[in-house]
Amino acid sequence: MSDLLRNILRFAFFILIQVYVLNKIPHLHRFITPYIYYLFILWLPFSVSRQWLLVIGFLTGLILDYFMMTPGLHAAACLLIAYVRPFIINILAPKDTSEFNYREPSPKALQWTPYAVYVFILTLLHHGYMVFLEWLSFGNFLDFLIKVIATTGISMLLVFTAELLVPRKLKFRTNTA
Amino acid sequence: MRNIFLFIRRNINFFTFLILQVVALWFLFSYNRFHRAKFLGIANEMTGQINSQYNKVEDYFTLKEENRRVHQLNDSLLNLLPRNFLRRDSSMSLLQDSVPYDTLGNYRRYFSRPATVVYNTVNAQKNYIQLNRGSRHGIRDNMAVIGSDGSAVGVVVNVSPNFCQVMSLLHIQHTVSVSLKRTGDLGTIEWDGKDPRYLVLKRIPKTVEIKNGDTVLTSKVSFNFPPGYMIGTVTDIKLDNTTGMYLLKVKTSANFYNLQQVHIIENIEREEQVRLFEETKKKIEEAKKISR
Repeated sequence: MSDLLRNILRFAFFILIQVYVLNKIPHLHRFITPYIYYLFILWLPFSVSRQWLLVIGFLTGLILDYFMMTPGLHAAACLLIAYVRPFIINILAPKDTSEFNYREPSPKALQWTPYAVYVFILTLLHHGYMVFLEWLSFGNFLDFLIKVIATTGISMLLVFTAELLVPRKLKFRTNTA
Repeated sequence: MRNIFLFIRRNINFFTFLILQVVALWFLFSYNRFHRAKFLGIANEMTGQINSQYNKVEDYFTLKEENRRVHQLNDSLLNLLPRNFLRRDSSMSLLQDSVPYDTLGNYRRYFSRPATVVYNTVNAQKNYIQLNRGSRHGIRDNMAVIGSDGSAVGVVVNVSPNFCQVMSLLHIQHTVSVSLKRTGDLGTIEWDGKDPRYLVLKRIPKTVEIKNGDTVLTSKVSFNFPPGYMIGTVTDIKLDNTTGMYLLKVKTSANFYNLQQVHIIENIEREEQVRLFEETKKKIEEAKKISR
């Protein structure tokens, strides 16, 4: 399967899961909204250029927005993490690049701890920015803080569950193998 | 000049980010209180198609519960029928659907159309419901939506050719005029964005005696909702000392978690009522200006 086809399927899958499973499950608590769709952006291949990353992030968020009737909200948050992603990867990726032939970010490619940091920072940014935009029109500051923390917590849980459940083909085929 | 272009070229990523971010925020903040989002018409058609596919599957899971409610409503309608026939000539009451006046001078004010829910959320602070009826079926903005068991659900706020978007009662900007069934006092109902099972009833003065379990109905003074449809029952009574008004917690009678079949109710004379209202306001204000 080519990278393009794989990512298009993944995109459709994540959006459908988000809209028809996570937004539909009974209300856990008013502070907790589970999110997983942004994992699509975290899993995009290393080879995607920064320009494309921004465009893809924006469209991902916008399409989810039209399902949820909040035009611009998720688009803004996704755009932010798509912009920050390359910086974080630059800091966390292993320095000896001779054996680094992984396709996309994963626990194997980055090691577990750096990968957890990578997911955590982007999750926090995504939720923080999104809840902040929501909060501008409604709510008080304590609600804002609790909501960011609770939503980040449940999303981290979902991301690592997905990480353990979904098998991914991670390496490029090289001549030496 | 060349330096400016070089600067932009070097920071092209950052500028792309800024431009797209501005576009996203523009979308977000131009989404005004009339709920007209950018490109919503097109998006509505697209998401509507997918939603109705999904709904075909989802309907099976709540079929039993829904059947029970439909059966209840049918039952109550059957109970009403014989009374109608006793009161007036049966041939005339058959004609009532197609002519606006019957022999007693009663005329039709509200007209109902059935519809199916294709998308619904309760988790957000601004919840919308999508129905499979649109402008092609005569749906327009501001029509009321009633659940299959006769409890108020929301108001149509946007229409595309085949679908319409309903602002649910579970929307923090939605207020509806209601009255207490027992005493007849008017108040407004809102949602505080906390628990989708409970609404908040405000503007009832503390001189009114209220008991737990009092029924809250849609009022006679609303332009959108026909009177007498159930909103819910009072479950918690609190007094707001600063305003001297009650803050009542109302359990919704509509189950927003599994809405499926609803009725869209049109107030046939709404346009005339609104026009009269607006014209009166204008007339009085102009008179004030002149007398000054």
